[in-house]
This record gives sequence, C-alpha cells and structure tokens, in this order.
Amino acid sequence: MASKFTRSNSTGWLMAGPATALMALFIVLPFIFAIGFSFTNQRLISPNPTQFVGFSNYSQLLGVGLLTLDPERDDAGNVVREADGSPTYPALRGFTRNNADYPHLDGMREWFSVSLGESRTYILARDVVFMKAVVNTVIFVLVVAPLQGGLALLLALLINQKLRGINVFRAIYFMPVVVSIVVVSLLWRFIYDGQSGLLNNLLGALTFGAFPRVDWLGNPNTALGAIIAMSIWQAVGFHMVIWLSGLQTISPSLYEAAAIEGASKWQTFRYVTWPGLRNTAVLVLIVITMQAFALFAQIDVMTSGGPLDSTQTIVFQAVERGYGKQDISGGSTISVILFVFVLAISLLQRWLTREKK
Amino acid sequence: MKSLSLLAASLAFASAMSSAAFAQTTLTMWYHGAGNEVESDIINQIISDFNASQSDWVVEIESFPQAAYNDSVVAGALAGNLPDILDVDGPVMPNWAWSGYMQPLQIDEAKIANYLPGTKGVWNGELYSIGLWDAAISLVTRQSYLDELGLRTPTLEQPWTGEEFMDALAKAKASGKFDYALDLGTAWTGEWYPYAFSPFLQSFGGDIVDRSTYTTAEGVLNGEAAVEFGNWWQGLFTDGFAQATQDPADRDNGFNSGKYAFSWNGNWAALGTLDAYDDVLFLPAPDFGNGPKIGAASWQFGVSATSEHPEGASAFIEFALQDKYLADFSNGIGLIPATASAAALTENYKDGGPLAVFFDLSEAQALVRPVTPGYVVAAKVFEKALADIANGADVQDTLDSAVDEIDADIAKNDNYGF
Repeated sequence: MASKFTRSNSTGWLMAGPATALMALFIVLPFIFAIGFSFTNQRLISPNPTQFVGFSNYSQLLGVGLLTLDPERDDAGNVVREADGSPTYPALRGFTRNNADYPHLDGMREWFSVSLGESRTYILARDVVFMKAVVNTVIFVLVVAPLQGGLALLLALLINQKLRGINVFRAIYFMPVVVSIVVVSLLWRFIYDGQSGLLNNLLGALTFGAFPRVDWLGNPNTALGAIIAMSIWQAVGFHMVIWLSGLQTISPSLYEAAAIEGASKWQTFRYVTWPGLRNTAVLVLIVITMQAFALFAQIDVMTSGGPLDSTQTIVFQAVERGYGKQDISGGSTISVILFVFVLAISLLQRWLTREKK
Repeated sequence: MKSLSLLAASLAFASAMSSAAFAQTTLTMWYHGAGNEVESDIINQIISDFNASQSDWVVEIESFPQAAYNDSVVAGALAGNLPDILDVDGPVMPNWAWSGYMQPLQIDEAKIANYLPGTKGVWNGELYSIGLWDAAISLVTRQSYLDELGLRTPTLEQPWTGEEFMDALAKAKASGKFDYALDLGTAWTGEWYPYAFSPFLQSFGGDIVDRSTYTTAEGVLNGEAAVEFGNWWQGLFTDGFAQATQDPADRDNGFNSGKYAFSWNGNWAALGTLDAYDDVLFLPAPDFGNGPKIGAASWQFGVSATSEHPEGASAFIEFALQDKYLADFSNGIGLIPATASAAALTENYKDGGPLAVFFDLSEAQALVRPVTPGYVVAAKVFEKALADIANGADVQDTLDSAVDEIDADIAKNDNYGF
C-alpha cells in the first residue's frame, strides 16, 4: 500500500509528464544543442565536417575596441575643418582594415563615437549590427514592459465594472490577441504606409493637411517607435485578462470595508486593489519582459531590421544568421547570449519584487 | 452499422486500386508554384502526359508556396527526406549541389544544346539543373513618354549610356507628371535585390564576388567601380528619382497607373503592362561603362541526391523539355521559352511578338549570378548593403563591411571547395 505522499506524487508526475516530456524534447534538448553548436563552426547545410572553435563565435559577436583619433592638420598645424566647422578625422577604414599596426581592430566598425576636446574617441564593435540589435531590444523592453503593463491594468480596471454590455468591451480589447501577430503586422504595414497609409491620412485629416506625411517604417527615427506602438496594441489585451483575473480574486468585503471607512477612489486603489494585485503584477511584468525580448515576427514581416538597422533585434538576428545565412553556430551563440541575458533580468526582477519580511 | 460496412467496402476498393498500380514506380516531385492556378495547371498537364506516356514511372507532385519553398527543401534534406525531383532557383543550385542535395542530371547534352545559357545549371563542370524558361528584366516605359520628354529610343545595339539614363530620369522628374521617375521595385525584398540590381554593379565594373577565384569579394565589391556604383545608387534616392521604401501596391500597379515614368521590371509582369497601355516599350539595360547587363537564370528542374531512381527523374525532366511545354509556360505566365523553336510556338515571343524583345535581351545581356555555393550568403549581404546605402549609409564603409562579411563566410566554409 503506497503512502499518500507517493500516491499523490505519482499522480503529479503523471499530470506533469506530457508537458515535461514535450518541453524536454522541444525546448531543453535543442537548447543543449545550441550551447554545443555555439562552440563550433556548425553550418545549416555543408559537406564540411564540424569543427570546435572555442569562444571565437562569442568574441566575434561581443568584441569591442577603442580608438582615439586626433583631427587632421594641414602643413601649418591648423586643424582641417569640414564645411560645417567640425574637425576632420582620418578615415576609420585606414585603421580597421588591413592595417598591420592595429591587428586588434581588424574588421571592426564604428558603433558610436564621443568627442573629447579636439580628439574623438570611437567605440568600435566587431559586430555592429548585433550591438544595435541588443540596444534596440533593450529599448523595446524598457518601453513596452511598463507601458503595456500599465495600459493593461487601466483597461482591466475599466472592464471590471458591472455595466450593461461590458462583455462587448472585453471582447473588443481582447480581439487583437486572438489574431496572429503575422496578420496584424501585415495589416499595420498598410496603416503605416508612407504614401497613403491610414495613419497618415488620419493625421492629415485631423490637422487639415498640416501634418506632413511620414514614412513610418521607412524612416530610421520612427520605425522602432511604430513597431513598439503596434506591439503594445496587439498584446495589451492578453495582460488585461491576467490583471482582470487578479482583480477578481480581491475579496469584495475589503472594498465594502474601504467604502465604510470613507476611502476615496484613489485610496481604495492604493490600499486595497494594488496590494491585492502584488503577485499578478510580478507575473505580468516577467511575462511581458520575456515576450518583449523575443521580438521577432513584427520585424520579420514589417522591416527586416531596416532601415539602417534601426529595428534589428536579437531574435531576428539569430534567425537571420542561423537560417538566412546558414550559420547555425552564429545563430546558436546569439540564442545563448539572449538566454543568459533574460535569465539575469528575470532573477533581478524576482529579487526586486521579493516579499520583504 | 451500415456506414461501417460501407467504410470497409470502400477501404477494400481503395487498396485494390492502389495494388493495380504497383507495377509502376512512384517518383515524388516538389514544386515552388503553389497558389498559382495557371502554373499548376501546366505542370499537372505535363505530369499526367508523362504518366500516360510510359508504364515505368508515376510522378506525384507536391506544391509549396514560393516563399517557403527553399526552407522546405533545406528542412527536408536535414530530415533526410527529399523528393526525387526538385525544382531549384538557378543561383541557389551550386549551394545545394555542393551540400550534396542534388546529383547531376542524366540528360543527353545534345537535347539542350540550343537552350538559352541562363537556363543551364552547370556547377563543377556538370549539368545539375535545367530550366524550361528564363526570366529577363527590362526598363519599361511608353513611347509617348519618350516623345514628350524628347528622349532617344535606345536599342539593343545602342542602349542608353549611364548619362543618357540619368538625363532621362532628370527630365521625367522635371516634367512633374510622375510621383517618381523610376520604379525600382524596392517593395520586393530577398532575391530581387541581387537579381535586379547586381547587374548595375556589374555594368559599372564591379561584382558581388571575384569570379576569377570565388574566394574573396575584396576589390570587386568595394573597389573603385563598386563605390562609383554605390554613389550612383544612393543618388537615385537622395535626388528623389526613386523610393527607398515602396508600397507593394505601387510595385504591382504604379507604372500601369501612371505613377512612374520608368519601371525596372521582369518579363513576368509584362503581360499586365501590355494590357494597360498600347505603346509600351521594353528597353535594354543602360550601359554604365562595362556593357549593359541583366540577370539570368530562373527556376530549374533537378534530381535530388537521395533519389533512388535518378534515371526515372531524369526521364521526366527530359520529357518536360518539349517545346510545347516550354510554350505552354510562356503563354500561361509570360516566361521566356528556353529555345528559339519554342518561342516560335508562342503568342508573345514569336517573331514580331510583343515580348520577343525579352528573348533577345536574355540572349544578349544576361549574366548569371556568381556560380558558387557561397552565393546564398553573399546575396543576403548584398541585399542589406544596398538597402542601407539607399537609406543613406556611408557607401565605402557599407561596401567594406559587406566584403568583410562575405570573406568571413567564405573562409568559414573552407572556400566552398574552390
């Protein structure tokens, strides 16, 4: 006769079994492969044997360098200036391409530069596109996580009321979540169209033609913002539902007590609703962060990382390299870096939102 | 109870039917044209004709959407389950042949002696694939536009020079009649970029990789000629002659609705343009100093390396190479028939036909994309470099880093066997 512990334990394993097996097969196992591939030169298709290459994939992606250049001077020793008055510097390619004196900079490109007095310091990266992808992804996460979470909470508060036909509103806000992100991206491409897109027409009509037409996805300054706005709109309904379920676990008696005590709306929210949503908030924050780091489909459909790398993201780069450029080892390396990144941030979030006793 | 016995009976019937066909060996085939009804009608006709013509083989076709086709083949190959007969995009063929996905065709060379050069997929001295058609690009415009703008009509013998071409764009822009002077088709991404735009680079005197060794791009993709090309390319957008980002609908319909004075487009779009206007001209590519160039090679048929019946697969491909099928494809979807004799059977490509000029263009100007397994990666790098330059990136820097990336890839692959 099995004890109660092992009996319920085996039931537990039985229930968890299918999911655990599938996750092991499709997530854990490929990931172990990815870690292995990131130390090799594995190709997607190639007759050449795979070779162990150590950390070279990592240094290829993460390598950075510094170069400080003095402005060019003419024979009299005066600084040569551009037409706009800024000093002229020697071309970087003279240092980063086939220059035997700077072997450590070979193949690097300018990531960004800062001017200190007359000299200028260039921060070089071995893989500028990847660096830009990391920065773009972080910007995306930093904007999307609070905005989407906050907006979802606002919507959840709005639809958590006993009004006639409230389910219609719930359905409307939730609808974009049901539609595939690929379809949504295709549709928003028309909305953002630079010539006769819906957004341009709308803004033009509202301002009586004063608003200039913007090529939202074709302009490096607006492309990432456009994708952020659309992504928030698409997924906000999902988090709204999670907030809603959190709201409905809060006991009505607390609200009654608050009402009897004469609490204002804000005080009710601050001292009853928000504490009651603690665990939900942690969940929503972590889920949004992880989803935002995985930004891919919108980029693939709408911009392919352009214009001028303004919408490159980490996952898009992983797919582009692993599959598009047949460089599985490079794609795997990016995945491993992303994993470490997301793990670190999740742990940090857990630590920041821990129960303080 | 009744439905159950019905089911059993139909099962028995079905298995009896399939055992009747056991004498023939089934050959599987993958094709990229899913979703195009005309195209699948033609290919299905060839297959049923072939199946009826002999008793050894039965070809079964499975169609994929073009956008997912290459991925499906790669996935199929990794899973060890390729069909017997493949179709393959010409420039991708060396990659698949080198990777061991394909085997040389067993086709009598005499049979394809008079085929357009772009239709023959030769890698390492062996014929791996053969196309029933070629595709060509032309500069599309209307006689009335040229007359209004006071431009000389270029001919195959005397195409526009680079200056004449830029002069034409400037005049079209100055006329104020058009949204943009030139429709380059930047709404299309992927293979369109190297196919349509690398011939410009080649006409300037550069190339995607150095064809004398195929082991580097240094000097050809970032040399003087390439930088000159890059500056010209960037100028098209900064001077407002063309759009760096284009609405896909404008690509499909812009020229036909009068938004552009010139369109850089393929023969597959020509039928639609002929419907729209009655004075359409298909002009040769301008000559930027090293001869006018356009891309060559379209989709072709080949046999997978894992096929257990290469003789059957080759027999099918040889069967498909009949002039009447070449003509069917041409009439159906406007492609250039691979032989002159097939062209004579078609509505559009026969002597004096409205599209006959494409046959001549393909013969006179077409240059295949670099024949190397590394092309697949180089093409992606080239596409990104051109998109970046169009959006304002520094020309020399962009081409330098494109060269670095292509060279790194070649080195990573042990020079792709060169």
